Amino acid sequence: MSETTEDQNVRVEAICDQMITMEGPLLPILHEVQEEFGHIPEGALQTIAKKLNLSRAEVHGVASFYHDFREEKAGKHIIKICRAEACQAMGADALADQVRRHLRVDWSQTTADRKITLEPVFCLGLCACAPAAMVDGKVVGRVTSDRMNRILDEVGA
Amino acid sequence: MSLIKEVDYGTPAAKSEKTVTLTIDGKNVTVPEGTSVMRASMEAGIQVPKLCATDMVDAFGSCRLCLVEVEGRNGTPASCTTPAADGMVVHTQTERLKKIRKGVMELYISDHPLDCLTCAANGDCELQDMAGAVGLRDVRYGYDGGNHVEVRQNGEENPRYMAKDETNPYFTYDPSKCIVCSRCVRACEEVQGTFALTIEGRGFESRVSPGMHEDFLDSECVSCGACVQACPTATLQEKSVIEIGQPEHSVVTTCAYCGVGCSFKAEMRGEELVRMVPYKDGRANRGHSCVKGRFAYGYANHKDRILNPMIRENVNDPWQEVSWEEALRFTADKFKGIQAKYGKGALGGITSSRCTNEETFLVQKLIRAGFGNNNVDTCARVCHSPTGYGLKTTFGTSAGTQDFDSVEHTDVVILIGANPTDGHPVFASRLKKRLRQGAKLIVIDPRRIDLVRSPHIEAVAHLALRPGTNVAVLTSLSHVIVTEGLFDETFVRERCDWDEFQDWATFVSDPRHSPEAIAGVTGVDAQTMREAARAFATGGNGAIYYGLGVTEHSQGSTTVMAIANLAMATGNIGRPGVGVNPLRGQNNVQGSCDMGSFPHELPGYRHIQDSATRDIFEDIWGVKLDDEPGLRIPNMLDAAVEGTFKGIYIQGEDILQSDPDTKHVAAGLAAMECVVVHDLFLNETANYAHVFLPGSTFLEKDGTFTNAERRINRVRKVMTPKNGFADWEVTQNLARAMGQNWNYTHPSQVMAEIAATTPSFANVTYDLLEREGSVQWPCNDKAPLGTPVMHMDGFVRGKGKFVVTEYVATDERTGPRFPLLLTTGRILSQYNVGAQTRRTENTAWHKEDLLEIHPHDAEQRGIREGDWIRLASRSGETSLRATITDRVAPGVVYTTFHHPGTQANVITTDFTDWATNCPEYKVTAVQVSASNGPSEWQVEYDRQAEQARRIKPRVDAAE
Repeated sequence: MSETTEDQNVRVEAICDQMITMEGPLLPILHEVQEEFGHIPEGALQTIAKKLNLSRAEVHGVASFYHDFREEKAGKHIIKICRAEACQAMGADALADQVRRHLRVDWSQTTADRKITLEPVFCLGLCACAPAAMVDGKVVGRVTSDRMNRILDEVGA
Repeated sequence: MSLIKEVDYGTPAAKSEKTVTLTIDGKNVTVPEGTSVMRASMEAGIQVPKLCATDMVDAFGSCRLCLVEVEGRNGTPASCTTPAADGMVVHTQTERLKKIRKGVMELYISDHPLDCLTCAANGDCELQDMAGAVGLRDVRYGYDGGNHVEVRQNGEENPRYMAKDETNPYFTYDPSKCIVCSRCVRACEEVQGTFALTIEGRGFESRVSPGMHEDFLDSECVSCGACVQACPTATLQEKSVIEIGQPEHSVVTTCAYCGVGCSFKAEMRGEELVRMVPYKDGRANRGHSCVKGRFAYGYANHKDRILNPMIRENVNDPWQEVSWEEALRFTADKFKGIQAKYGKGALGGITSSRCTNEETFLVQKLIRAGFGNNNVDTCARVCHSPTGYGLKTTFGTSAGTQDFDSVEHTDVVILIGANPTDGHPVFASRLKKRLRQGAKLIVIDPRRIDLVRSPHIEAVAHLALRPGTNVAVLTSLSHVIVTEGLFDETFVRERCDWDEFQDWATFVSDPRHSPEAIAGVTGVDAQTMREAARAFATGGNGAIYYGLGVTEHSQGSTTVMAIANLAMATGNIGRPGVGVNPLRGQNNVQGSCDMGSFPHELPGYRHIQDSATRDIFEDIWGVKLDDEPGLRIPNMLDAAVEGTFKGIYIQGEDILQSDPDTKHVAAGLAAMECVVVHDLFLNETANYAHVFLPGSTFLEKDGTFTNAERRINRVRKVMTPKNGFADWEVTQNLARAMGQNWNYTHPSQVMAEIAATTPSFANVTYDLLEREGSVQWPCNDKAPLGTPVMHMDGFVRGKGKFVVTEYVATDERTGPRFPLLLTTGRILSQYNVGAQTRRTENTAWHKEDLLEIHPHDAEQRGIREGDWIRLASRSGETSLRATITDRVAPGVVYTTFHHPGTQANVITTDFTDWATNCPEYKVTAVQVSASNGPSEWQVEYDRQAEQARRIKPRVDAAE
């Protein structure tokens, strides 16, 4: 059953009320909203803007700056592949191509069955173990083609 | 004449009194502490290349072009963000810097269209200038990489490309030309204070976004034009420039919309106006503007504008176009005939708050010296006449006490009965800037206006009073201040009449004025009221700004005096940052009042019965003046209905639409034998006119306007009058046709006559205005350069006068038949009765007047958003559409009166201010019910108007 916009607003407002006294509350609120809904639902930004007495533009500017704030829900699993220099040098591009072909998605897209979302990331701090990836929040180093296949199997792709 | 290019210093001026001296490229320069190296360089005449810096907004340091080298410091700091320091040695052009700048420019240009020759900003593009300045010759990166320029790339759609946004009627947003300097975003935030723009995304994906990636028109944008002015490229560009091309000369003049009186550069190509750009040296606006002054000048060329004089014997006849000579002879014959038949007093006139001081002076001169009576009045009758009365009584002069710069020193503001973000937008931006710096705001208004809460602004208190209870609220605020001992005894003892103060203090201390006692009347929570009073009395520099929500009441004059009491009791008069500030409605309403437009006052607010003053004018004019005050507008109309008043000359005012009780005005006009309307358009009043004299716009004449801060600003002619004559020439020609020997050849001669007769204008000359830009009256030997703040060393009248302000409820009461209170106001994009703004693209924002009604009241009546409703009062009824909002309290409804079809003044009553006859527009008991469409009166009115506007073209007799 899908939630009405009004119910959604009530939940967003509750989050705002809870955090509004923090110093610089916008980012923590955005995080909490994403935690609550799995993404930043349409309309939430307007509610937040109203609550914090900011303009719609300002809230949009902040939310759109961070790629981690999603406009839609992600798949059940999230695979992030590092595209920064060290990983590129160790074959991250080929690895990424393999995954994109396998999942039939491009960057920042989710598979048709809503199971997997593929995202780029720029440095996981694992340069010594490049190429690196992150699967559902867990970092993985030295990701060979085989290793990636096993990962994809595990998440049911 | 040439194009005025104002120096862009790159960063705002520093205000410190301490100075520092540094060396830039071998030149010594001394600047106030806190000045940026960039600004210091510019002051030494050295232009450091820059893109993201402009002196209207704070330094940002993003473009990396303004880098300099400082001896003894590492690296290449940005000159915009580096403060000048004593002994600093700066180099702005070194081999290292040149190389860096070229590299930066290459990157910019690699993602910018190369269509300079066909670009609208060609010749006015800072990117182009900088490419030239750094000597850019080639772009090593080429143009084939990722970009925002090409619609298609490598045979595929370019996902980064964004099409032009042309939704705003006045400017376009072309993202392909954007260099993401964010000057527009910062101008919207820092100058305008709307925060409608942002940079969305990050890195190479960064784009300027109105709202949440919306069209400009749908976003929070209020179209003030600050972003367009700030844009260094053609990304944000006036459509008029795209259409016409770059201007070749410009003239500084004054906006003819509201009482803020913004200075603009009218940028011209020949006699064609290309654009209006706010002038940074304008002391009222400091380089800012609003959608009206900046863009809404198209009415000057609108097809509805009447360019030929017209006459008719009977108002049911179609108009007959005639020559100027014939129209003036016709008028003079009629006027003379009327006076011969009905007596000297059967004629009168109305001066215009839209016209210049000089024109207004001439109209009242024509009436007093030519008609031989004092039947002259002006539209201030229906707006700020209580201000004149109230401030004259308490302080001794009929004007606001401050300049607009004063707001920069204010700590706490009471805003009562004014909605500056809509009515006085440029002042609102200046106020908002101060509020963002920490000043506190108390709003007294029945409606939740934008300033109560909008991005980054929040009033500490909103006293949402019931319409008509201003006096009760103000007296109660004074009650708190006096009974809690928060008044400024030293100030009162020094500056005011102590006995009168004590009488007043005893009066306000009476428990019946306590917030608790009057909460039932005003509807304002007592605790909120007490806190507001304490905040104002103890918050530092306190300033009171007010508008028509104060004056247009049966107790308008009392409210003005209650405001004056409050300011005096708290010691908030006579220095920057404080004061009583009426926000005057029209561009020259202050001036028209100053120029003797009232029936009892000669120029300079001197009573007609004062023989010494009359002597001055009689000497110069060579006539004997009538010493009896003449008729006010409502009295003229009454006398017309009674048959004793037969002819009127109305310059630039639409009394049928703007004055109360439309039906009575119509009856008065219909009873006259010669109604002369001198205007740009066939306004509503002209439906009852026998002579129409076409008027000229502010672009077509020389003169002066006096704004709400008493500032006399020059209006300069930039094009030939399309109707043939400036308005002052038309009045002069009419005076001559009536037998007056007037021979002015330029308005400066009229100003000389004003200065010679009026002490507060004694030193005003066009030469002085040319030199100083503008001056604020009084301008005389005591204050040769004018008076920014009044009552500095004592009140004009001597001692400040406290007046007891008893609250008397208006006779207009709600009851079972009319249970709601209607109050009226304005909207940003439209101006007054809309004669001008309705004839511009501003209608994109406000096509029709709407009735704001609270959800609770709407539900009870089964009214939904957008429904036609019938709005009825004891006076009449009209129909319009409803919008449902909780900005108004339950029991209160609100509408604007910009469109003649709405006929809001059919509804308003004939109750008026007890002292000045100013109509009580702000309170009318009404009922609202569902309706199918326009009322019978509206349909009949439209039919009559259409009938009355028929024009027969001129037939030349010779052929």
